Amino acid sequence: MITIARLTIGEAARRRVLWVLVGLALVAVALVTWGVDRLVALIREQGEPELQVKLIVSQLLIFIAFMFTFVLAMTAAFLGSPAIAADLESGVAQALLARPLRRSSYLLGRWLGLSVVVCGYAVGSGLLAILAAGWVSGYTPPSLIVPVGFLAMQAIVLMTFALLLSTRLAPIAGGAICVVVYGLTWMSGVLGNIGTALNASGVAAIGDIGRILMPTDGLWRGVVFGLEPSVVIATVGGSTAGRANPFFESEPPSPAFLAWTILWLALVLVAAIRQLQRREL
Amino acid sequence: MPRLSLDTPAIEVTDLRKQYGRLEALAGLSMTVNRGEVFGFLGPNGAGKTTTVKLLLGLARPTAGSGKVLGAPLGDLATRRSVGYLPELFRYQPWLKAREVLTLHGELIGMPRSRRRAAADDVLQRVGLADRAGDLVGKFSKGMQQRLGLGVALMGEPALVILDEPTSALDPIGRMDVRGIIRAARDRGAGVFLNSHLLSEVEQVCDRVAIVDHGRVVASGALDDVLGQSETQVRVSGLTPSDLPAFEPFGPATLEGERLAIRPMDGERVPELVNVIVTMGGRIHEVRSGRTSLEQRFVELVSRDRSIAGTPAVPEEPPS
Repeated sequence: MITIARLTIGEAARRRVLWVLVGLALVAVALVTWGVDRLVALIREQGEPELQVKLIVSQLLIFIAFMFTFVLAMTAAFLGSPAIAADLESGVAQALLARPLRRSSYLLGRWLGLSVVVCGYAVGSGLLAILAAGWVSGYTPPSLIVPVGFLAMQAIVLMTFALLLSTRLAPIAGGAICVVVYGLTWMSGVLGNIGTALNASGVAAIGDIGRILMPTDGLWRGVVFGLEPSVVIATVGGSTAGRANPFFESEPPSPAFLAWTILWLALVLVAAIRQLQRREL
Repeated sequence: MPRLSLDTPAIEVTDLRKQYGRLEALAGLSMTVNRGEVFGFLGPNGAGKTTTVKLLLGLARPTAGSGKVLGAPLGDLATRRSVGYLPELFRYQPWLKAREVLTLHGELIGMPRSRRRAAADDVLQRVGLADRAGDLVGKFSKGMQQRLGLGVALMGEPALVILDEPTSALDPIGRMDVRGIIRAARDRGAGVFLNSHLLSEVEQVCDRVAIVDHGRVVASGALDDVLGQSETQVRVSGLTPSDLPAFEPFGPATLEGERLAIRPMDGERVPELVNVIVTMGGRIHEVRSGRTSLEQRFVELVSRDRSIAGTPAVPEEPPS
């Protein structure tokens, strides 16, 4: 498993995926830094209080994180979806699996290697952007670990789902399905929140079902919560508008939801292993 | 690696069957391949050759029947340390260097780290890629990739080497090199299972062969036994089909135009045959006597099998 994980990371580096991700992350961080710096300068020129700066920067960070999660989702989907399928199509996997290598070890090795890559990208980019924004604005979220941790988990969830699809479907099909499912889950989360705010239990259930089937939206809520200053949470708190807003979260994801996410990952990995084991090569 | 006796057959399968939906890819295949021999596995497209290789390597599961590879059941994980495999579709990580591909496979078969590089360099030397050890596989020609695949199959001096069309991308020099490599593997005691369409090549290197069609063996044995029959062909004018009974004492005879063929026929009796033809007024232009080529024997066996089975000339390919 470790051999395959190392091979997967090596592949990302040799195929320049890692370096492209690092380059894009640095460009994105530079733009965020410049944008936040200009915005903060503008607000301060108008004589607004520092609390206003803090609020605006936190909302800007959430908006940037929202866009970044889509980039991350695409990255995770398009790294995971060819991971097994392309190897099987080309015959590379058959040469490896004719060796004393269990199919489960091969799949888990691919998963571990890709997890390191997408986590590294999510954590590295996320941390750099938050720290750079903090450097120019003076605002850093209460915890750095919470938002980047949830970003990384979101990436792992999507990549794992893509890997499951990769055991049965062609790379393009798997990647496309993964991105569509991610988008649908996010929309179901927004609908669910509106339902909760309006006490419409039927609509609220859509969000809950979506989070159970694919935990990415619940994890996105964790990112939002982690980027907010405590004053925003205390002020907007349980208001109807706050609960319906997809860019606001008053509570961190529950321990039950986090436990489900870990179980979900385990179940999807087991399903992927079983699919690969059943497959005739 | 497991301790293996030279007496343990490299491959032993009995009544092996494989069904893909409604298609029967293997219909009761039985054969034994010994250590220290090169075994040619021949058959037309769709005969079940690649399916057999996949079953031997545990890449697919048999529908019925049983088999052993190096004394262990089919698909046994530990045994795969002692099995080298060159797939028909030889593709290796294009972003790795040739030496890295070999050390990766060394690692997968459990070779100690300290030995991997030397083993890889030795194998690269043997397959003629020593000067390309540090080049990316993605920059290799097809022939070089096939040589590399052969090197992968030889890593760790396996007790069984399974080669699926090992010279399909090689030029005549490369093919000659491969024959030398196969003989060297046999001489050190490995069993070599050679799946090939190139019958002349099989004829040159194999000790025993099996000819398969429709998923079962239609002929097998030592090459001499399979080819056994010698024949005599005479290009002759002045004979008619009514003269054929005169040649029956020599063997079953056929006359197509000016070509008289008697098979089987003892080559020692050629002067006697020439005498009979001349006495009958025939004019001889050419006489050829010798063993049936593997290609002739192959065509004959497969055609006979199909006429018995009443199946089309081009079989349906099983799914890969």
